[in-house]
Amino acid sequence: MIDFSRNYFDLFGLPRRFRFDPAALDRAYRALQREVHPDRYAASPDAERRLALQSSARVNEAYSALKDPVARAHYLLSLDGGAPPDEAESALPVEFLERQLERREAVSDALAARDANALAALRAEVDAEAAREEQRVAELLDRNSDAERQTARAVLRELTFLAKLAADIDAMQAELDG
Amino acid sequence: MALLQISEPDALPVKPPRRLAVGIDLGTTNSLVATVRHGIPVVLPDADGRPLLPSIVRYGENGVSVGYPAQAEQARDPQNTIVSVKRLMGRGLSDLADARRFPYRFVDTPGMVRIATRAGVKSPVEISADILRTLRERAEASLGGPLAGAVVTVPAYFDDAQRQATKDAALLAGLPVLRLLNEPTAAAIAYGLDNAAEGIYAVYDLGGGTFDISILRLSKGVFEVLATNGDSALGGDDFDHRVYCWAIEDAQLPPLAPEDTRLLMVKAREAKENLTIHRSAPIGAVLADGTKLELTLTAEIFTSITQNLVAKTLAPVRRALRDAGLTTADIKGVVMVGGATRMPQIQKAVGEFFGAPPLTNLNPDQVVALGAAIQANVLAGNRTETDDWLLLDVIPLSLGLETMGGLVEKIVPRNATIPVTRAQEFTTFKEGQTAISVHVVQGERDRVADCRSLARFELRGIPPMPAGAARVKVTFQVDADGLLSVSAREETSGTEAAIVVKPSYGLSDADIARMLEESFRHAADDMAARALAEAQVEADRVIAATRRALETDGDLLDAGERGAIDAALDAALQSRGGADHRALVAATAALNAATAEFAARRMDRGVARALTGRQIDALT
Repeated sequence: MIDFSRNYFDLFGLPRRFRFDPAALDRAYRALQREVHPDRYAASPDAERRLALQSSARVNEAYSALKDPVARAHYLLSLDGGAPPDEAESALPVEFLERQLERREAVSDALAARDANALAALRAEVDAEAAREEQRVAELLDRNSDAERQTARAVLRELTFLAKLAADIDAMQAELDG
Repeated sequence: MALLQISEPDALPVKPPRRLAVGIDLGTTNSLVATVRHGIPVVLPDADGRPLLPSIVRYGENGVSVGYPAQAEQARDPQNTIVSVKRLMGRGLSDLADARRFPYRFVDTPGMVRIATRAGVKSPVEISADILRTLRERAEASLGGPLAGAVVTVPAYFDDAQRQATKDAALLAGLPVLRLLNEPTAAAIAYGLDNAAEGIYAVYDLGGGTFDISILRLSKGVFEVLATNGDSALGGDDFDHRVYCWAIEDAQLPPLAPEDTRLLMVKAREAKENLTIHRSAPIGAVLADGTKLELTLTAEIFTSITQNLVAKTLAPVRRALRDAGLTTADIKGVVMVGGATRMPQIQKAVGEFFGAPPLTNLNPDQVVALGAAIQANVLAGNRTETDDWLLLDVIPLSLGLETMGGLVEKIVPRNATIPVTRAQEFTTFKEGQTAISVHVVQGERDRVADCRSLARFELRGIPPMPAGAARVKVTFQVDADGLLSVSAREETSGTEAAIVVKPSYGLSDADIARMLEESFRHAADDMAARALAEAQVEADRVIAATRRALETDGDLLDAGERGAIDAALDAALQSRGGADHRALVAATAALNAATAEFAARRMDRGVARALTGRQIDALT
């Protein structure tokens, strides 16, 4: 079965870095699921079926943690110890917060006006900013030094905020879909 | 019963006999059972050669009838002839916005709604079990023995209560359920394997009472569901109902008796089906009071009165695409599933939305059952070299817990790949609090009141601590059937509580036991013979699996371990030759237990092999 004490990078045989070949992750994920998925054990003794369920769930958990850049950054930082990033908005720079508050207002207005195009434009804006920050987080984390990790934590706080905003805009768009 | 002919235990070959496995599409309007014969999935017809079984159950003066005989009597006996029971699965009366549409005598019991019939008060689970039992008997007669397993399909957008109700119905019908499989996923398997499809596909599945949209990536033998969405109360029935309402208005009819309602609904459906090939369809009926009805429904009128139903299917399509992070340009093909997709206005709307004509080169009534049969065949252990495909499915709706202020904390997000395990820590609110109440809900909204309540349970016996000091870890586990179980544990004291989620809308275990007993009393089967046959099927499965494991990975065991497993195997073979089903069940369980550690080591080896790169390279 899957060794639950191994970290997600080791589990997939990937380097412990923020940036890696995403195709390698997909390949390793599929190869592991081919071994442990419950469908492979439906005709097996109960003990094997239980192990398959636990192992397959673990592989899915690891895959989702590494596939999403924000989750991956959090996971990498958790592996390297140190306090988890402070999620409180008070920890964010004032300038960043002001920009996001303005944007939140624009999002609310677009929703009130049921303007799907405006929501899509705001979503694209958020995506662009998130992409820039993700690039910074990637560079900081892959330099693999404690000082850079501290900076990465700060950028990641902003990135997490943006991801939440993007998800909220998605939910509003879904609402407009009817 | 072919399996009963095996009398010499030693005659059991290492390569096991083919296990009889079926796929069942339990539909709102029609149900089907299919199997794989000589490597090809086929639908099993009834004795008269008809592939479909109308999902209609009549509790008549002389017993239960299912399918065409029940259909023939529906307008005469509407209150005892249950159609579209799938719409009631896992639902309370208050959930049914369209309850008035059904002519039944509903009984508003806590949890799932029930119906008063001539044969007593029936739950939707019992009524569905009558349909499934008919299919099981059809399959056993056709295949010549008890079934080793069945894959039963459910709408992808079914929530936990609806899935659990379906599984309970299968249990009640005496079906060994290998898996609950999502209908659009089943269709994708049948379509994908048949056409060697690669790329991203959408499956648009409009059935009699449910709508699903699933987006899948088909790549190198992996069927990966990227997102699913839908409406579990939208289907062909609703189009019939629009025609029915139009007819009543057009002919200025007064409120109708249940018999006339059912008659007119049947006529509405016929007109709808007629419009698949014709530009207009007559609706003619003689009502109970002698009123003659003669109307003509044109394609134009039909399209205009059902316009918003068609639009209602496209909203979930947009949501599924957004969740998958895709646009229509990314979709290589749209597979159309479900009888209702024969309607020209549906095909037109889907074609316009995706900018390409949908794929209609398969039988929309049968493809789900065929896909389920292919999956059942593999899951039952009849996997061959060509069956090296893998299915990765998702849960349709987020799962969460109620927190302070009636808000929902999401634990497992929608479209998470299953199986999935997620845990979240909570703490106590008051000083000295010794119990917490856990309320499990499903849905996308932020407020508990807007989500479906799945279950409530309490974790008691937490040692008194200051507010916020206790650490309660709540773990959600969704298995490969998409069914949830929840456990809670206070980490500082180790206090635990666990439940399989079913109380709110499902049936209690006591209900199931009572119904099973009743169904056995009424069945003509000899219960003991059936129990033995089932124990033998299970024993053969475990014996064969153990032998295969010993053959391929026997080197993982030392002499002592090997001896213990051989002894358990011999004991199981011994009991297999006898007629005592209890002894056989016990011996099979002992063999299961004896191989537990061996199983873990074999899986280790498989995992190690998967990561050496050899297999990975072979897949690229």
